[in-house]
Amino acid sequence: MNPRKPKRNLIVGGIIYWAVISAVYSIILTGVLKNFNLTGIQIVMDALVNNILIIACCILIVNNMRYYLPRQEKYLYILTISLSLSGIISLVARGILWLLFHDDAHYLASFSQSSGIRFGISFLLIGCFAMMSLLWYTQEEQLTMNERKTDAERLSREAELFKLRQQLQPHFLFNSLNSISALTNSQPEKARHMIHQLSDFLRGTLKKDDQQWNTLEEEIQYLRLYLDIEKVRFGYRLQTEIIYAEEVLLSKLPALLLQPIVENAIKFGLYDTTGEVLITLEAAKENNYLKIIVQNPFDPETSQPLKGTGFGLSSIQRRLFLLFGRQDLLSTKRESNNFITTIIIPQTV
Amino acid sequence: MKIIIIDDEPLARSIVKEYLQSYPDAEVVAECNDGFEGMKAILHHEPDLIFLDIQMPKINGFEMLELIENPPAVIFTTAFDEFAIKAFELNATDYLLKPFSRERFDKALKKYSDKSLPVPSTDAIVETASKEPGQQNRVVVKDGSKIKIIPVGQIQYLEAADDYVKIVTAEGNFLKKRTMGFFEQSLAIHHFVRIHRSYIVNTLLITRIDPYEKDSHLVILSTGAKLSASKSGYSKLKEVLGI
Repeated sequence: MNPRKPKRNLIVGGIIYWAVISAVYSIILTGVLKNFNLTGIQIVMDALVNNILIIACCILIVNNMRYYLPRQEKYLYILTISLSLSGIISLVARGILWLLFHDDAHYLASFSQSSGIRFGISFLLIGCFAMMSLLWYTQEEQLTMNERKTDAERLSREAELFKLRQQLQPHFLFNSLNSISALTNSQPEKARHMIHQLSDFLRGTLKKDDQQWNTLEEEIQYLRLYLDIEKVRFGYRLQTEIIYAEEVLLSKLPALLLQPIVENAIKFGLYDTTGEVLITLEAAKENNYLKIIVQNPFDPETSQPLKGTGFGLSSIQRRLFLLFGRQDLLSTKRESNNFITTIIIPQTV
Repeated sequence: MKIIIIDDEPLARSIVKEYLQSYPDAEVVAECNDGFEGMKAILHHEPDLIFLDIQMPKINGFEMLELIENPPAVIFTTAFDEFAIKAFELNATDYLLKPFSRERFDKALKKYSDKSLPVPSTDAIVETASKEPGQQNRVVVKDGSKIKIIPVGQIQYLEAADDYVKIVTAEGNFLKKRTMGFFEQSLAIHHFVRIHRSYIVNTLLITRIDPYEKDSHLVILSTGAKLSASKSGYSKLKEVLGI
């Protein structure tokens, strides 16, 4: 939103108000003063002097409120300021008009007679304007405050999302480096290959910071990179299977979402059972959702008691909540010896 | 010098083997993938030294050590485990952080073979390590030749039995070489209260508390077990249950 816009609105509003004041004031004055049999020039001068003074007061009030917005007893403040300004106007107008027409006794008499009405009109007009600018400034203050609040919320949300995306398991990194260290002597070519894979993987976690969304194809490529490294580490124990139909490859999902889910599955699949472990990932489209199912084996007898969704999936859940505002996109269940993690990603076309 | 390497990553084992090649008297008698295999191999080969990873399938390195009566000397290897590292430092144990250099490896072996240095007690390390909150969700026991992992929630009560603690569950009783004081402390976060010198009870299972003789009470569990509570035990229990 353009922040200048409300300011321009105030100016336009002020001009309209001025026009209205002038019109009202002129009509009243013409009507009232006509009864006093005054000349045209006297009426015009009278109206002009009073009008200019009232407008000067209005400008004063606006400027004043720009720097000081009363918070407590604002209505008393408006009443006082309107009353005193109206009083001052009456006196000043009287002085000026006396200077102009002091030799016209008839005018001066009528002036005295109408002073009550003049004061009343000035008070009403100034009071209305003061009320209006008070409302306007209060509203503007509220708007900027809201803007600041949403800005702060957006920033902290982005920072949190960034952090959640960047989460890298130090365990993975150091163990991979250890594998490379082991390979350097016996299989230097393989060590070099693994260094490249690890570099590509790390670059992936770093570069995506400005990019929130990936296609499933990109995510699967990135996942394979990760799985290749893990397979070097765990050897034959780790088997993986990725199942998808061609047409889902262009579906969009939050960047770097799949890898931590699979990492989680591997971690608990491998640490909860001995022997070979098969991790499967299935991706399919269902209505307007991309549905991804990750399965890992676990031992129902010895697995550690779970807390919440368990298995360290809470950061994924948090990410999905921050992005979609929904808590139901990630679910887990146990089926015989399999732990099944399902995520659904809304596809907004 | 008989050596066993216990690590779930083949390449991590191979680098230890590679470094050991420059020690002619070192003989790797077994390589193990997990704590189960490790325990069997240790009982079978009685090695002088083991290289032990912490994070492994099923039971971790510390839990495996707990199950062995007279564990051999240990050099721990780990990639990143803040709590384990703290446990090592507290007990002045040598450990290797992966990836480690040959120089660092040699230093660890030198420390091991240097008989003038005091050997840190494995028991102390294991006891420190098992105080980690993540470790306290389960208790690992030996059931004959098998290893049993008991989730804490399945424990009904614990009873002192000489040098051991008897762990009573629906599936039977298991013995663990630990003190009552240890369990009293580590199980406090899981609704367990020591109601007597000889009993620690799972308060979630209590159905009734009856007065019994003077100064003592009888705690009755939903399983039908009746345990006596001492005067101080009863007041602790009242505090925990909020009565």
